[in-house]
Amino acid sequence: MSIVFEKPHALSDVGFHYCPGCTHGIVHRLVAEVLDELKLEGETVGVASVGCSVFSYNYFECDMVQAAHGRAPAVATGVKRANPDKVVFTYQGDGDLLAIGTAETIHAATRGENITVVFINNCIYGMTGGQMAPTSLVGQVTQTTPYGRKIETQGWPINGCELVSQLEGTALAQRVAVNNVKNIREAKAAIKKAFTYQTEKKGFTFVEVLSTCPTNWGLSPQESMKWMEENMMPQYPLGVYKDKGAKGE
Amino acid sequence: MAKVTFNENACKGCYLCVDVCPKKIIKKATDRLNVKGFNPVEVTEQDQCIGCAFCATMCPDVVITVEK
Ligand SMILES: Cc1ncc(C[n+]2csc(CCOP(=O)(O)OP(=O)(O)O)c2C)c(N)n1
Ligand code: SF4
Ligand code: SF4
Ligand code: SF4
Ligand SMILES: [Mg+2]
Repeated sequence: MSIVFEKPHALSDVGFHYCPGCTHGIVHRLVAEVLDELKLEGETVGVASVGCSVFSYNYFECDMVQAAHGRAPAVATGVKRANPDKVVFTYQGDGDLLAIGTAETIHAATRGENITVVFINNCIYGMTGGQMAPTSLVGQVTQTTPYGRKIETQGWPINGCELVSQLEGTALAQRVAVNNVKNIREAKAAIKKAFTYQTEKKGFTFVEVLSTCPTNWGLSPQESMKWMEENMMPQYPLGVYKDKGAKGE
Repeated sequence: MAKVTFNENACKGCYLCVDVCPKKIIKKATDRLNVKGFNPVEVTEQDQCIGCAFCATMCPDVVITVEK
């Protein structure tokens, strides 16, 4: 018998601290599988952000840096410019990337910084106990929107992929999800494409992953997948929003 | 012939693997708790496994190894 599936080499033996059913773990594994397949583990520097994934530096076997809240794309810019031959990625949540780090995100993209951003959209601030994120849905009940997010007071959700796809420096902007086996495979292909484009110096690559937060959504892991499909996907349609490597673009 | 093995003490009892198995052979092990205090999962009819690795693809905690 031969191995069909095992823990990727680029993931350490340290068990994840994530809640049961939290899809951060799936996305970590996909990034590690891509590092394995592209043989990039020794060539990669990851930048951990602030959020539930703050300890991602314990889980990836490549070199890792820990950035202050929202600053991961700026730190990644420095790492990449000092080490242009290294592959540099950030792993950020929606609070990190689209609230406190909005400026860093947009400016890294518009500079065409040759880095990869893995963006975990779970519609909530997970780590701090479930406050509204910029990506929280209209009507979504959170700790800070107990009557549901209201457009009049909190405005509309921000669609990260669509936003960065408008910037010339962006080479790839794709939204994927990890709610089923098919979508998990597509998510991995998108992450692989992003890292590959980076090695080809194509510019800023951005993969948004629709993810779950069973704990702060107050749902079971199974119900969370359903909630993502029924509520997140209409607001955040999956697809490729920009691909400079595609034929005709 | 395919084989699935579980790193039982890493399991968090989310049971996402249970739902995704096309052969429905992954079951919650109700007779024991792992070191984390969760009922882990187990496969009793190993010969039914087709080695599709759907379970391992879905598992958020990299608990599962699949051989074929
Ligand atoms: C400068 C600063 N402001 C606020 C915080 C508190 N804080 C920690 S994590 C977080 C938001 C995390 O949410 P997100 O980025 O969506 O990650 P998730 O936990 O959902 O994966 C906030 C506001 C902080 N650590 N530092
Ligand atoms: S709080 Fe939410 S995002 Fe954070 S580990 Fe738990 S389920 Fe995952
Ligand atoms: S490999 Fe496929 S058939 Fe075997 S237990 Fe896993 S999901 Fe079920
Ligand atoms: S998906 Fe993984 S963590 Fe969840 S019950 Fe199955 S083996 Fe355990
Ligand atoms: Mg979040």
